[in-house]
Amino acid sequence: MALKIERITKRFGTVSAVREVSLTVEKGEFMALLGPSGSGKTTLLRVVGGLELPEEGTLSFDGHDLTHVPARERRAGFVFQHYALFKHMTVAQNIAFGLDVRPMGKRLARREVNQRVEALLNRMQLEGLGKRYPSQLSGGQRQRVALARALAIEPLMLLLDEPFGALDAKVRKDLRQWLRALHDETKLTTIMVTHDQEEALALADRVAVMNEGRIEQVGRPRELIEKPASAFVREFLGTDGEGI
Amino acid sequence: MTKPTRKFRYPTKDSAPVRIALTLAGVAYIALFLLTPLIAVFAEALRNGAAAFLAAVTEKDALAAMWLTLTVAAIAVPLNTIFGLAAAWSVAKFDFWGKSVLITLIDLPFSVSPVISGLVYVLLFGAQGYLGPLLDELGIKVIFTVTGLVLATVFVTFPFVARELIPLMQEQGVAEEEAALSLGASGWQMFWRVTLPNVRWGLLYGILLCNARAMGEFGAVSVVSGHIRGLTNTMPLHVEILYNEYNFAAAFAVASILALLALVTLVLKSALEWRYGDEIAAAHRH
Repeated sequence: MALKIERITKRFGTVSAVREVSLTVEKGEFMALLGPSGSGKTTLLRVVGGLELPEEGTLSFDGHDLTHVPARERRAGFVFQHYALFKHMTVAQNIAFGLDVRPMGKRLARREVNQRVEALLNRMQLEGLGKRYPSQLSGGQRQRVALARALAIEPLMLLLDEPFGALDAKVRKDLRQWLRALHDETKLTTIMVTHDQEEALALADRVAVMNEGRIEQVGRPRELIEKPASAFVREFLGTDGEGI
Repeated sequence: MTKPTRKFRYPTKDSAPVRIALTLAGVAYIALFLLTPLIAVFAEALRNGAAAFLAAVTEKDALAAMWLTLTVAAIAVPLNTIFGLAAAWSVAKFDFWGKSVLITLIDLPFSVSPVISGLVYVLLFGAQGYLGPLLDELGIKVIFTVTGLVLATVFVTFPFVARELIPLMQEQGVAEEEAALSLGASGWQMFWRVTLPNVRWGLLYGILLCNARAMGEFGAVSVVSGHIRGLTNTMPLHVEILYNEYNFAAAFAVASILALLALVTLVLKSALEWRYGDEIAAAHRH
């Protein structure tokens, strides 16, 4: 069941960024949205995260309708392309943010928040960096802080927008394996947007290839490579199978 | 073994005589047009000795003028801080119909002569003005009262905070706000914890500039004030009156207090720049 996207359409003015897209992401699945820039993949991710309101279509998670639930109540751990860390807060304050803004009755004790932040720092291999500011971190470290911040709210799903977009090749490869390991450990339903076919094929359980606001094909990496459904998919993936 | 025939000179560096001449010209210009008037104000203020100076600045009407100037600034600056913040927020973070009109309107007080802004207020709120009869029935007086002074000052100083914040907020975009919302923050929490801290130095800077202008404003205030001594005379107006009465020492004494207030603002501003230079520089791209 998990996340069900049904006939979602999102327009900006007269331009349709996403056209009647339907997609189901199973519980615990790692789904990649793959496509060239302008294919609507980021818009679709933002619709799922509640940052854009679709003109048409519905969205549900575990049978609960999400279409009109505001972003703050969706518990979607969103990791932004350029991290969007709070510059004026320390790493620890960034990670604790989602816990600090909980409504009065649901707020955790300070000690408990600190423990959780500490645990996340360790898990993200950021030990000892809690008191630093984002500007004092490397790109890879910032990326992990963004992930830790999203995980702190115990999200129902993880939404990653080009998570490795701003990193150099070496760091990308390391983080990629690390992210997959993290996913296998947390079993969080995950959607990752990327324009890098190698990344999508190497990381995801299934890949949805997008083009001009529509999904061209959804399938396991091997299926896509062996049986591309359209010329676009074949071309975009480069069918010699080098990605796997 | 080659002997250098000429000393190497950096391409971006001029020869010593040129450098010295340019520096001297710069210093002389600043001294003549900025420093001398400032020194003259204090020199004139103290010409008849410290006792005369003290007498002039503690005189009843002078004290009333100082009090009024501070009162007007204390009302106008917070108002323009709130509205400037609101205007900058809406312009920088949202797209809506008529946005460019709003930006032009925000700049209007900068492009209109303050005297004209004052006259417009008289035209609107004066006894013969459009809204005069209505206000009269309600028992509200605007022109020749403190209310009028505050309104005129608010108008003239409106752009300072907004102008300071718009480019800063535009540059910062909405990514951090979106992150805050997706982490469960309410709109209010997002504003206080993310938006406001991100612009705090730009905001403070705008407030200082706004305050400096609010205390020093002459033109608009002069038109709506009516120059009632001890009642509607702000410091700049009081200085003018004393000067027109050939009471130069007193005029300069009050002027020196005004200059002192301005200097305090400048020192605060410099201290901010020195302490948070990078952040403010990022805010200051216009």
